[in-house]
Amino acid sequence: MTPLLQVEGIAKFYGSRIGCTDVSFDLFPGEVMGIVGESGSGKSTLLNCLAGHQKPDSGCVRFDTRADGLRDTITMSEPERRMLSRTDWAFVHQHARDGLRMNVSAGGNVGERLMAVNARHYGDIRASAIDWLSRVEITEDRIDDRPTAFSGGMQQRLQIARNLVTGPRLVFMDEPTGGLDVSVQARLLDLLRGLVREMNLSAIIVTHDLAVVRLLADRLMVMKDGHVIETGLTDQVLDDPQHAYTQLLVSSVLQV
Amino acid sequence: MINIENVSKSFILHNQGAAEIPVMQGASLKVAAGECVALVGASGSGKSTLMRMIYGNYVTASGRIMVEDVDVAIAAPRDIIALRRHTLGYVSQFLRVVPRVSTLNVVAEPLLSTGIPLDEALTKAQELLARLNIPERLWSLSPTTFSGGEQQRVNIARGFAYPYPALLLDEPTASLDPTNRATVLAMVNEAKGRGAAIIGIFHDHAARDEICDRQFDVTLYTPGLVA
Repeated sequence: MTPLLQVEGIAKFYGSRIGCTDVSFDLFPGEVMGIVGESGSGKSTLLNCLAGHQKPDSGCVRFDTRADGLRDTITMSEPERRMLSRTDWAFVHQHARDGLRMNVSAGGNVGERLMAVNARHYGDIRASAIDWLSRVEITEDRIDDRPTAFSGGMQQRLQIARNLVTGPRLVFMDEPTGGLDVSVQARLLDLLRGLVREMNLSAIIVTHDLAVVRLLADRLMVMKDGHVIETGLTDQVLDDPQHAYTQLLVSSVLQV
Repeated sequence: MINIENVSKSFILHNQGAAEIPVMQGASLKVAAGECVALVGASGSGKSTLMRMIYGNYVTASGRIMVEDVDVAIAAPRDIIALRRHTLGYVSQFLRVVPRVSTLNVVAEPLLSTGIPLDEALTKAQELLARLNIPERLWSLSPTTFSGGEQQRVNIARGFAYPYPALLLDEPTASLDPTNRATVLAMVNEAKGRGAAIIGIFHDHAARDEICDRQFDVTLYTPGLVA
């Protein structure tokens, strides 16, 4: 089976400081990988390098494109990469306002992604927008409201609808449940699990919340000071951590 | 079906003076299809550890753990995930679920993940919940608020939803009343009947003697316990 994403020797430095270094892994269709680590461990830098938001200093990120199979997304042209990020990729930001247009209606936010991939029929676009809003539990009567009138949890669900409407194959998520209260978090996790299964999505989720990765991720990568220090099956890494830092991380979680 | 050869395991607690605790040394066990083997030994002798090693939940330091044609001791995460989806089931002592997901969906999930259509999976889940005497009015609720015995039965329904060729059972009859206990034992027997290889931990000795073909004493492979 061809991996959907093949990452080899990614490194990113900020001057002499390490952002992340020596990161390699394969991600297969339908797989969800979690990246955990404390603030400053390099997990967001890595995610941004993978998603083409930052240019790594070395390494390659090969994506299994529909047309030509595995292609290095770092060396491909800017228009090609932008096309990928509009069609096959999605990026869910921690702060919904970074991923939404706050002064455009909810329906417009979802419809815009569709128009970016050449949907032109107004009725079709509005129908898909309504369909996707209902899938993320936003009722039809809110379609013309702006995200500024939504709660934090609703904004996050709208961001997910906007990202998934074009049927991407790979979703990058940066702390998708960060800053939400726990009842909203649970609902969002359930929604994401369902969508991952129904759409056979592959996803890379960056978070510092171990409970979130336990529920969402098949595999886990633990980072510290820019290095990957442990990888494996999620429940194995959490229940039988091998590295000193992972043991510290797991044993530091407060019990409810 | 399950073939364990010369496995060992130790825990190294890096943050507690790098203490190394050897917990298993040189254990070998073969379980054929249609056979049920009980893991026995005192508390702390490594029964659950061995079971978790077979499931790939704990890292195996050395040796081989073959389940069908996959060596769990060295398999890549995605191979273990595939194995758990289609071949190897595990009924743990504790139910761990996404909050707010209904009991019916919790039980149907292992079926859905193998690609079985939703209505078929839900029908099967209903059958199992009814058989295990979970009142129908609870099916649409999340099991997180259920009593211990109810959660245990939801866990069993989930574990038996898909006909895995290999099954690991950790105390499946603990905290059950006699009626439900009998139901669970009947389900284990049916799984044996269809050819499942089963490894179980039972503190309920009567249950163990009733369904297990033989016992495997984990204590013999626990460093520091043999004397």
